[in-house]
Amino acid sequence: MKNTRSEKRVTITIDGKPYQAAEGRNLVDAAKEAGVFIPSLCYFKHLDPPLGTCRACTCKVNGRNVPACMQRVEEGMAVEVNTPELIDIRKALVEMMFAEGNHFCPSCVKSGNCDLQHMGYELGITHMRFPHLFRDRHTDYQSRRMVLENNRCIKCRRCVEEVFTDQGKRVFMYQNRGIETLVGIDHEQEALLTEAQAEAAMNLCPTGAIVVRGKRVAKPFGLRSFDQQSEQEDYGIRWSANGDRSPREKKMVATVSLAGCFGCHMSLLDIDEEILDLVDLVEFHKSPLTDIKRFTQRCDLGIVEGGCCNTENIETLREFRENCDILVAVGECAIWGGLPAMRNTIPLGECLEEAFINAQTNDEGEGRVPYHEDLPKLLNRVYACNEIVKIDYLIPGCPPSASHLWKVIRNILWGEEFSVLYHEFKYD
Amino acid sequence: MISPSTTFFRHEPRRNQLVNELWKAQQRDGHITEQTMEALSRDLDISLIEIQGVVSFYHFFHTRPTARHVIYLNNSIISKIKGYERIREALERETGSRFNTKDRTDTFALFETPCIGLSDQEPAALIDFHPFTNLNVMKVREIIAALKDGKEAADICDQPADHIRYLPPNNHTIFFRPYTAGEGLGRAMVLSPGEVIKIVKTSELSGRGGAFYPTWIKWDGCRKQKATPKYVVCNADEGEPGTFKDRVLLDREPGSVLEGMIIAGYAIGAKYGIIYLRAEYRWLLRKLEATIQQFYDQGLLGRAIRGNPDFDFDIRIQLGAGSYVCGEETALLESMEGKRGEPRTKWYFPVERGYLQKPTIINNVETFAAVARMMEMGINNYLNRGIPGSPGTKLISLSGDVRKPGIYEIEWGMTIAELLGHAGAEDPAYIQLSGPSGECVSMNQKHRRISMRDLLSTQDIRCGGSFMVLNRHRDIMTILLNFSEFFLKESCGICTPCRAGNYIIHKKLQKMANGLATQADVEEMRQWCHIMKETSRCGLGKTAYNTPLMAINEFSDYFSEKLEGAGNGMNLKFNMDEAISDYEKYKV
Ligand SMILES: Cc1cc2nc3c(=O)[nH]c(=O)nc-3n(C[C@H](O)[C@H](O)[C@H](O)COP(=O)(O)O)c2cc1C
Ligand code: SF4
Ligand code: SF4
Ligand code: SF4
Repeated sequence: MKNTRSEKRVTITIDGKPYQAAEGRNLVDAAKEAGVFIPSLCYFKHLDPPLGTCRACTCKVNGRNVPACMQRVEEGMAVEVNTPELIDIRKALVEMMFAEGNHFCPSCVKSGNCDLQHMGYELGITHMRFPHLFRDRHTDYQSRRMVLENNRCIKCRRCVEEVFTDQGKRVFMYQNRGIETLVGIDHEQEALLTEAQAEAAMNLCPTGAIVVRGKRVAKPFGLRSFDQQSEQEDYGIRWSANGDRSPREKKMVATVSLAGCFGCHMSLLDIDEEILDLVDLVEFHKSPLTDIKRFTQRCDLGIVEGGCCNTENIETLREFRENCDILVAVGECAIWGGLPAMRNTIPLGECLEEAFINAQTNDEGEGRVPYHEDLPKLLNRVYACNEIVKIDYLIPGCPPSASHLWKVIRNILWGEEFSVLYHEFKYD
Repeated sequence: MISPSTTFFRHEPRRNQLVNELWKAQQRDGHITEQTMEALSRDLDISLIEIQGVVSFYHFFHTRPTARHVIYLNNSIISKIKGYERIREALERETGSRFNTKDRTDTFALFETPCIGLSDQEPAALIDFHPFTNLNVMKVREIIAALKDGKEAADICDQPADHIRYLPPNNHTIFFRPYTAGEGLGRAMVLSPGEVIKIVKTSELSGRGGAFYPTWIKWDGCRKQKATPKYVVCNADEGEPGTFKDRVLLDREPGSVLEGMIIAGYAIGAKYGIIYLRAEYRWLLRKLEATIQQFYDQGLLGRAIRGNPDFDFDIRIQLGAGSYVCGEETALLESMEGKRGEPRTKWYFPVERGYLQKPTIINNVETFAAVARMMEMGINNYLNRGIPGSPGTKLISLSGDVRKPGIYEIEWGMTIAELLGHAGAEDPAYIQLSGPSGECVSMNQKHRRISMRDLLSTQDIRCGGSFMVLNRHRDIMTILLNFSEFFLKESCGICTPCRAGNYIIHKKLQKMANGLATQADVEEMRQWCHIMKETSRCGLGKTAYNTPLMAINEFSDYFSEKLEGAGNGMNLKFNMDEAISDYEKYKV
C-alpha cells in the first residue's frame, strides 16, 4: 500500500485510545502501525479486495463484529480489539483451524516458520476447545515438484488468488464445498511454474500445506522465524500467572508416560543442577523415575505424558485421577493425541493390516495381528487425556522445555509467580 | 433483437458460460467427462483445476456416469414427515438401484437433494428435472414402470398445482389481481426514474428474499453509479427449505415479475436483466421463456420500449446447478459468472460492483412483482393494505401438519394464530418461520403479528415467506438435525467459522440427540453458535444456528429431558467397549 505524504490523517480510537491513521488504510495495517496487535492469517497487503476468509482478525468496529481486514480507516472510527469477548472469539477461530486440519507440528516442514503455529503461540492456545475432527484429507503427491498437504491447509485462499503461470492460468483452486473443501493443484500448470515461482508459492502459504520437494527450511531450532520473537510487546505480561506464594511444603508427585515417547519425562529431568533443589521440594511417588508401580498414598500432583491408545492407558489414567489432587497433561500427546494420533484419520483395521499383515518384511501369508488376553487392547483411535478424565492444567510443547515445565509446576504447587516467555510456549 | 432465452448477451465474456456449457455436456453425456473438462479448459483458456473446482461445487453436476433417468428425492423435513422413507424404499425397490448410485442397466440413478420448492405437495421428486408430486408407493411403481416402458419423464410428470389458499378479503390482493402486461410499466414510464424510486420508497417495500433491506435504497444507490452497463438481477434461487412462493409467482404471474425487472431497469438506468433460476425449477423455464417472448412481441422488451428511444432492456435466464448458498446475492453473482458460488466479501457492494464488476441490483422475485403491482394499482391503493409500519401484503408458503398447505397472501399484521386457523393446522406445536435460517416458535408466541417490524419486537415477528408447521408428535431433535445437515452440506466452505463450525456443532447436536449431552454441552453450543454468528462471512453461517438456540429456549422442557445429568467430573462419557470394538475383530 502506498504511503505518500499527501495521505490524509484521521483520528480513530482503538480500545478507547485515540490514534492517528491514514484515511482509507486497511485497519489491520493501521492497527499494526499503532502498535496494536490484531491476529490475521489470510490477509495480504496488496490484495484488493482482501480475502476475508480466515476471520481471525475479527474486531468490533462501531459496535459491530467484523473482520478488521474488511475495514478501511475512516474518521471517528471506534474500534474494539482487546475485549475479553473478542480475544476469545479470535482464539476460538484459530483453535477451529487446528481442530479442523491435522496439524502434527513436530513432523511438519513448516514448523517454526508457520503463521498458523505462530498465531497459536501469540494467542496462548494450549488446547482446542473443539473436538479434533481427524478427517482423512487428501495429500497430493502427483506434481513433479510440489506436494499439496491438505491436512495442513486452512483454506486461506492465498494460493488460489496469487499463484498464476506466466500464461495467466491458475495453479490452485478450491474443490468441493463445505467441510469437504480442499485445495486442488493443477499438475499441468504446476509444471509450468519456474523454480522461483514454485518457491514463492510455498512461502506465501501461511501453513505447511504447499511443500516444494527438496526445499526444507534450513535454519536450526531457535533461529526459525517464530522461535524467539512475539509480535506483542506485552506478551510475557499477558500470559503471566501470579499467585500468592504459600509456604513451600514438600509435595508428593506421580508421573506416567501413556502413549508418549518419554520425551516429556526427559525434558522434566533436563534442568541440570536445579534438580538438586527440587529434590528437597518434591518427592516422586509412582513414576518411571522411581519405578514405584502402585499408588500407596494420595499425591498432590500427577503429571501425565501421552494420550490413550489402549485399554491399559485408560485404566492408568483413571487411576491417576483417583489418586492425585491435581492432574497436569504435559506435551502435545497428552493434550490432544499428538503424533500417535496420526493414525486417527485412518481406520484401525487398515493400520493394523498395514503394519502386521501387508508389511513388506512379512512373508506372504505369515502376518497376523497380535491378540492376547494379556495384551492391552488397542482403541479405535488415540484419545486425549481430557476425553477420558478431567485434566486440571495443560502444558503444550513437544516436549515443553524443562524450565517452562518447572515454572508452571512451581506455580501450580506453591503459587510462585511466573510469566510465559514467547520462546518457551511451543508446539514442537 | 436478442432472442429471449438462456443465450448470453453478446458482450458477456465466454468464461461466464461455463455453467451453461457444463449443463449442456451433462445432458449430452449423462455426466461431465474428463474430456469435456479438458476441452472446456482449452476452449475457455483456463486451467483444468478451475473447471474441476466449479464442477465439484454444484451438487447437480456429476463426474461419474449417471443413468438414463436421474431421480432426485427431496429430503427436507417436510418430505420426511410426509413419507420420505416409504418413497425412498419404493424407489430403490422399483428401480433396482440404491441411493447415490445407479442400477446395473444404467437406467436409473438415485440421489437426495434438499428442498425442491414443492413443500405443499410432498413427498416430491424431480425425475430428469421434471416434477413428480404427492408421491406414494403405488404412484412410484407406476412412474418407474412407465419409464422402464420407454416413456419420457417430460410426458408423464405432474404439473404442480399453485395451491393459492388464501387471498386477503375485500379484494385486497396485490399479487393475484387481474394482470395486463405493460400497465404498471406504462404508469412508471411517465414518471422520471427518481420519481419511480420515490414511490418504491413510499411503499416501504423491503427485500422479500428475507433480509428486509429497503428496496429503494439499493435502487437509488445503483441509479447514482456512473459505470455502465448496469444490471438488474432477479433472484429466483428460492433455496430456503419450505419456501415456494417464488415458484407460484413465476408459474402464475411471470409477467408481473418481468415487468418489475423492467421498471427497475428504467429506474436505475440498466439495459440488462438476468433471472437466476434455480435448477430445481427448470420445469418453469419454458413458461418463462414464452412470457419473455411475449414481452418482446409486445414491445415491452427490446429496443425503445414503449416508444421511449432511450430505454432498451433485455432479459435472459441463467440456470443454477444445485447450491443453496447461490441464493446469497454475491454468491449468485459469482455463479452467474460461471464460477464457484462463493459469497464475496463486503468490500464492494453489488450496487457499486456487481455482475462483471458493474453496478447491479439483486432483488427477489416477490419484490419485483410487488413493484410492478404497486405501479399499476397506484401507491395510495397499495398503502391501504396492511398495518402502519408494514403496508402491503406478503406471500407465505405454508406447509407441514396442516390441512391446506399452499400459498397464503396475507395482509401484514395477521397473527400466527389466525394464519394457522386459515390453514387448518393440526395440533401445531413447533413453527419454523422463514425456513431453517429463520426463527422457530412454540404456540406460546401465537399472538404475534406477522409484519416487517424489528426482529427483536415481542409483539411482531418477521417472516421471509415460509411457515413450516409441525405438530406435537414431531421430534424437535429430528427437525434440528435435518436443518443442520442441510447447512453442513450447503456451506460454501470459504470461511473458517461456517466451514468447520457447522460440522462441529452438528456433531454436538447429534450427541444431544443420542442423549449423551450435559448442560455443559448446551452451554458450549451456545458459545460456539455465537462465534459462528459473529464471524461468518455471509448469512448462511450467521444464521445457521439461530434455530437450535431459539429452540433450546423455546422448548426448554423438551431439552431438559434430553440432557444427561452432569457427569461426576472424573469419568466423562467414554465407552471402552465401543472404543475397542474395532480391535476385537482380530480376536483369535
Ligand atoms: C444463504 C443465503 C441464501 C439466500 N437465498 C435467497 C433466495 O433463495 N432467494 C432470495 O430472493 N434471496 C435469498 N437470499 C437473500 C439475498 O442475499 C438477497 O438479500 C436478496 O436476493 C435481495 O433481494 P430482496 O432485497 O428483494 O429480498 C439468501 C441469503 C443468504 C445469506
Ligand atoms: S507447523 Fe503449521 S502447518 Fe505445520 S503442522 Fe504445525 S500448525 Fe500445521
Ligand atoms: S494451500 Fe496454503 S495458501 Fe493455499 S489455501 Fe491452503 S493454507 Fe492457504
Ligand atoms: S458463512 Fe458459510 S456459506 Fe457464507 S461465506 Fe462463509 S463458508 Fe461460505
